[in-house]
Amino acid sequence: MAYQAESYETIVIGAGHAGCEAALATARKGHKTLLLAINLDSVAMMPCNPSIGGTGKGHLVREIDALGGEMGKNIDATMIQCKMLNTGKGPAVHSLRAQADKKAYQFRMKEVIENTPNLTLRQQEATKLIIEDRHIRGVQVRTGAIYACETCVVCTGTYLNGKIFMGEVQYDGGPNGMFPAQFLSDSLREAGFDLQRFKTGTPARVDEKTLDYSKMKVQKGDDEITPFSFETEAIDIDQIDCYLTYTNEATHKIIRDNLERSPLVTGDVVGVGPRYCPSIETKVMRFADKDHHQMFMEPEGLHTREVYVQGMSSCLPEEVQIALYRTVPGMEHVQFMRSAYAIEYDCIHPTALKATLESKDIHGLFFAGQINGTSGYEEAGAQGIVAGINAGLYLEKAEPMILDRSQAYIGVLIDDIINEDANEPYRMMTSRAEYRLLLRQDNADLRLTPIGRRVGLISDERYTHFLEKKAAIEKEKERLRTTTVSPTDTVNDVLKEMGTTPLSSGMPMAQLLKRPEIAYESLKPIDSKRPELSKQVKEEVEIQLKYEGYIQKQDRQVVQFKKLEEKRIPEGIDYTDIQGLRLEAIEKLKSVRPMSIGQASRISGVNPADIAVLHVYLENHRELFKND
Amino acid sequence: MNNVLNDDVIAAISTPVGTGGIGIVRMSGADALKVADRVFVSPSGKTAASFASHTVHYGHVVGKDGKIIDEVMLTVMRAPKTYTREDIVEINCHGGNVVVGMVLQAVIDAGARLADPGEFTQRAFVNGRIDLSQAEAVMDVIDAKTEAGVSYSLNQLSGGLSKKYQGIDEELLHLLTYIDAALDYPEYDVEEVTEKELDQDIHHMMDEIDTLLQSAKVGKVVRDGIDTVILGEPNVGKSSLMNKLLREDKALVTNIPGTTRDTIEDYINIGGVPFHIIDTAGIRETDDVIEKMGVERAKQMVSQAELVLYIEDVSRETSEDDKQWRSLLAGKKVLHIYNKVDLIDKSDQETMKDRLDTNQIVLSVKNEEGLQALKQKMVELAVGSESAVRKADPIVSNVRHISLLKQVRRNLENALESMTIGMSVDIIAIDLKDALDNLRKITGQSLGDDIIDQIFAQFCLGK
Repeated sequence: MAYQAESYETIVIGAGHAGCEAALATARKGHKTLLLAINLDSVAMMPCNPSIGGTGKGHLVREIDALGGEMGKNIDATMIQCKMLNTGKGPAVHSLRAQADKKAYQFRMKEVIENTPNLTLRQQEATKLIIEDRHIRGVQVRTGAIYACETCVVCTGTYLNGKIFMGEVQYDGGPNGMFPAQFLSDSLREAGFDLQRFKTGTPARVDEKTLDYSKMKVQKGDDEITPFSFETEAIDIDQIDCYLTYTNEATHKIIRDNLERSPLVTGDVVGVGPRYCPSIETKVMRFADKDHHQMFMEPEGLHTREVYVQGMSSCLPEEVQIALYRTVPGMEHVQFMRSAYAIEYDCIHPTALKATLESKDIHGLFFAGQINGTSGYEEAGAQGIVAGINAGLYLEKAEPMILDRSQAYIGVLIDDIINEDANEPYRMMTSRAEYRLLLRQDNADLRLTPIGRRVGLISDERYTHFLEKKAAIEKEKERLRTTTVSPTDTVNDVLKEMGTTPLSSGMPMAQLLKRPEIAYESLKPIDSKRPELSKQVKEEVEIQLKYEGYIQKQDRQVVQFKKLEEKRIPEGIDYTDIQGLRLEAIEKLKSVRPMSIGQASRISGVNPADIAVLHVYLENHRELFKND
Repeated sequence: MNNVLNDDVIAAISTPVGTGGIGIVRMSGADALKVADRVFVSPSGKTAASFASHTVHYGHVVGKDGKIIDEVMLTVMRAPKTYTREDIVEINCHGGNVVVGMVLQAVIDAGARLADPGEFTQRAFVNGRIDLSQAEAVMDVIDAKTEAGVSYSLNQLSGGLSKKYQGIDEELLHLLTYIDAALDYPEYDVEEVTEKELDQDIHHMMDEIDTLLQSAKVGKVVRDGIDTVILGEPNVGKSSLMNKLLREDKALVTNIPGTTRDTIEDYINIGGVPFHIIDTAGIRETDDVIEKMGVERAKQMVSQAELVLYIEDVSRETSEDDKQWRSLLAGKKVLHIYNKVDLIDKSDQETMKDRLDTNQIVLSVKNEEGLQALKQKMVELAVGSESAVRKADPIVSNVRHISLLKQVRRNLENALESMTIGMSVDIIAIDLKDALDNLRKITGQSLGDDIIDQIFAQFCLGK
């Protein structure tokens, strides 16, 4: 029987990576928050790979941290290996990735949540959204309790009508053996949301004792670990190793011979899977000429023998999976602990959302994570913190926080999903950001911490520290600009040693630093007045000076970009009223309801001619919308 | 350019200003037929609004005073199968500024509005009838002075140039795809773009762009024509040469605004190159006295000319005047023509031919000897060679395209420079992405704030 339970300002449905960040954000902003999970053992669960970060994703984690989120600190505390990727490339694409101790990661996050004031964690399956007058009023759960709320963040991950596939074996289920959530979809449909089916998959977890690492290539972490969080001083741990091995012709033959048993081939899986995360059978089918594929062995934690086999996700029948894994060098005698499976789930069309992640139609109702058609823990966490912050700002009746494409990868992510209506799960990549050199992982705090401060997630202490760092960077840059290096023999000897052209006349230190072969550290011998500076400051100074010309170029592009972003489209605009707009464009514009001409120009199906028409219309009707 | 969204009827004279055989007044807009009804009188008494789409009707245009202005053919084209995707009415009337002007005034009195420059094409673009590069090519059709010029523009319309851009676009995309794939998947065996490949591809694209930019020079000539002055003493054969050329190669568009009796000028088309020929004879023959023309006048004409055809009569001695003329030619492209070779001995002709410099030819207008050589030389002097015109196909002739192509080239140069100083591929990719952005601005695949206004501001009145 239904009964009226407590009231909250915010209810977060789902305690995965999106839900945790969302709930922490609202609670830390001082709002009474209820965090619901279908199973409390699944808080911050990593049902797929045991790692956080990677290209683009590492940037997201840093941005979450810079705004005052938890993910960075959580992985810093629980990592068992860490690597800065792309160090051979420029600073724009340096990306952090860490292997997590999965259980430790969950426990720490749960502990943080339990110890956060204003935050209640509760095992309950949400079954119904209570909506009145286009406002969210509460959430009903399976036990019958109705919790009242003013805002709600839906972060259901892959639980919504989850369906598991393993060859012919198919059953209703959530991720990693959890129960699926089978009621909320209907409630969402009732509320007017159009749902779609997406699919993702995960490889087998195997017993480390049955692996022969001597036949594989070791993959070590960095000697010196760079933390994710700007607040973590240093990380000193004994790192575990990962291993690399390859599939071969024998593997591929087994796959080909059993293809007709794959639900991907039989058509049983209707959900669309991501291209960038293909199952091994998809890889073999699509890249038939490739005679081997990479596989990485990633330990799942310090207190377990389970190893995640990256690159081998599959939904073939269990016995076929085992047979094909055993063709791989070092895995001849492999024992499975958890089988690979594909999971299909309901998600909404994120074009139904505003850039704040609030529903366009139902006030106070926010969405974050996989339900928005994205994939990945980091993408989920990023949306979680944005939805949480905006739910808080909504309660405070304050200006919402919207990050644009020139400010953050988070901005790129949200702008992409709300405008594109992608037909596959969305994964962040550095190539999605057009201002990549500005959105570096090293400067996430410079970009976002002031915003985190404004919305109330950055403590006084952290902010003071941040301002000091910022001042130190500026001061050192100025010093290097005004310090001239003279062409003395000592100087030129040092320069020759570095393999760079000697000086014939004086040159500012900052200028010298622009040479790709010269590092900030290597100039120390000829820079007698150098102050003691932190690693973060030194790194920032070096990047900002070395790439100054390129950074300025992108800054100029951002100015152009902002011009169109600032051309606002009034909310009440009637697109059917605009002569010259094509029917397709009218439909798209009506459904996306862009806030600016810039946003409109990024909607798929709206072409430059439509934008010109819209632009002219707005110019002509400026008077009409003046008081909007 | 803020009229796009009004569904008012726009009108303009869509034939070139001048004295052509017919003139066309075109109207476009939802009420174009209503406006037509107010000025058009059909002998059958039917109204324009009752005519089927894409039909032509005989009748008269009457002014607001009720008087007949002209006898016309009225063409009705109903939306959406029209140039602007709106209802279009065209009134074919008798040529001549005055009559066409009166018809235009009549439709304006009846409720149409004078179109802004390029507004028909803007509507076509806005209504989704043509894309950005097509819109631009239309402008070139309007401006093209010869049939060859028109065909170059049509080539562009049908995508000749688009294909070239597409080639560079694909090459850039290919490079960026490879670079980004490696950046986003550092631990996978993604084939990385080598420095050598990068270097080769960038140079290849720069060559392609250089060819296009080179074609732009030819394009300008093909579009705008070459001002050519025929100069020489009286009676050396200037007029007969001019007449001969006009008879054979008179250009498609011959009506020149402001044609007056004291200059004889016209367009001729040789090998696809339009020559705007000015015969200085015209001046003299009306004034009759050579001294009156004055050195100043000749100087002015020669100084404005891009090519001078300097004619001498080989059968006569060189005079003082001749020397005076020659002094004007310093620094100009000059083709020396030794006319009337039919009047001298065969052996003398041969000796002469042997002694000719590159820009000298012998000619007999009367016997039609040397005319082909003359034309070939004219084309060579104008654009290099006839094959240059063919090679420069497709031709870039749009100013905005040219400036964007130059930017793309600069982006590519920057990418090369970054590579040379040892920057990593992600930095090089920044310039490559800019190159792609700029390239896409040409085809309108991405939108800058002010592109549209700029393009349409360039359109001439009344497509």
